[in-house]
Amino acid sequence: MATYTLINSNVLTSSAASITFSSIPATYTDLVLKASTRGDDGAVSYADVFYWFNNDRGSKYSWTYLSGSGSAASSSRNAATTEINMYRVGTRAGATANTFGSWELYIPNYAGTTGKPVSTFGASENNTTAAYITAEADYISLTSAITRIDIGSYSSNFVSGSSFYLYGISNA
Amino acid sequence: MPATYEKIATNTLGSAASSITFSSIPATYTDLRIVLTATYSATTSSGGQLSFNGAPSGTLFSYTRLYGQGTSPTTSINSNQPAITPADTSWTLGNTMPDFYTYDIFSYAGSTFKTVLTTNSQDYNGSGSTGIKVGLWRSTTAITSCVLTASVNFATGTTATLYGILKA
Repeated sequence: MATYTLINSNVLTSSAASITFSSIPATYTDLVLKASTRGDDGAVSYADVFYWFNNDRGSKYSWTYLSGSGSAASSSRNAATTEINMYRVGTRAGATANTFGSWELYIPNYAGTTGKPVSTFGASENNTTAAYITAEADYISLTSAITRIDIGSYSSNFVSGSSFYLYGISNA
Repeated sequence: MPATYEKIATNTLGSAASSITFSSIPATYTDLRIVLTATYSATTSSGGQLSFNGAPSGTLFSYTRLYGQGTSPTTSINSNQPAITPADTSWTLGNTMPDFYTYDIFSYAGSTFKTVLTTNSQDYNGSGSTGIKVGLWRSTTAITSCVLTASVNFATGTTATLYGILKA
């Protein structure tokens, strides 16, 4: 088995409110999801992006983020929520045309039976005064293997051209 | 020729240990990457420290860090250190919820000083820390071993994997 294998990808040819990777095999050690996204509404340039696992919307999701806008740094957290909020890693309609936010999830031991830590990193530079770079520590108190990942954009659809790539990493 | 992104070694602890060592690292790659998912025997003290070619000693490491614990972000610099630590050394360690760390080690086999980029992700459902650190090891010696240490034990089940990345 290769170390770093593409499991599935989705490059949107029309707008979509959310995208789903399902039937994720348990044959890898870790998962990496890389994406480039833009939302279709709003006057501002940035968009939060959400994800949740196994279509489970219980109060199992918590996060701590660190973000910089080019003029100020911030850190905040939330706990016992129904999804993970990746702070301003995507762009939306107020951003410079044709710019997308780029972000990544790293999910170690996704098929294990313990709670899942996730590391995320994203940036949404768009040649204006408001752009963000964010690192985030997430924890999901889900003790079953991750077989499905859903991703949504705050108050908008992902536009055509948004792309999502799910990789499996094997240390076997 | 090795693959672009190849596992060199992995270590899942079958019993608690205060260190994890990757030795005899071949010089055939361009960069190294370590991925560590760790729990600890206690929540105090520091964990996930990385040193090269032996246990932490001397004064050849320096680093600049940026981290947030859900309130005001913090940045600072430390010079002449015995190892590179995760970005947020003030944070408690996870002994039930795992801590996640990455270490990217650039041009590890070269004869110039070595740059390291680390991340820490430690969310505990109501508290947490995330951060980034850039480190420098002021040695012209090729890296042939990497040692992860903690001032308390890594718990059973802690997993560290060393990958080699090739650009050639």
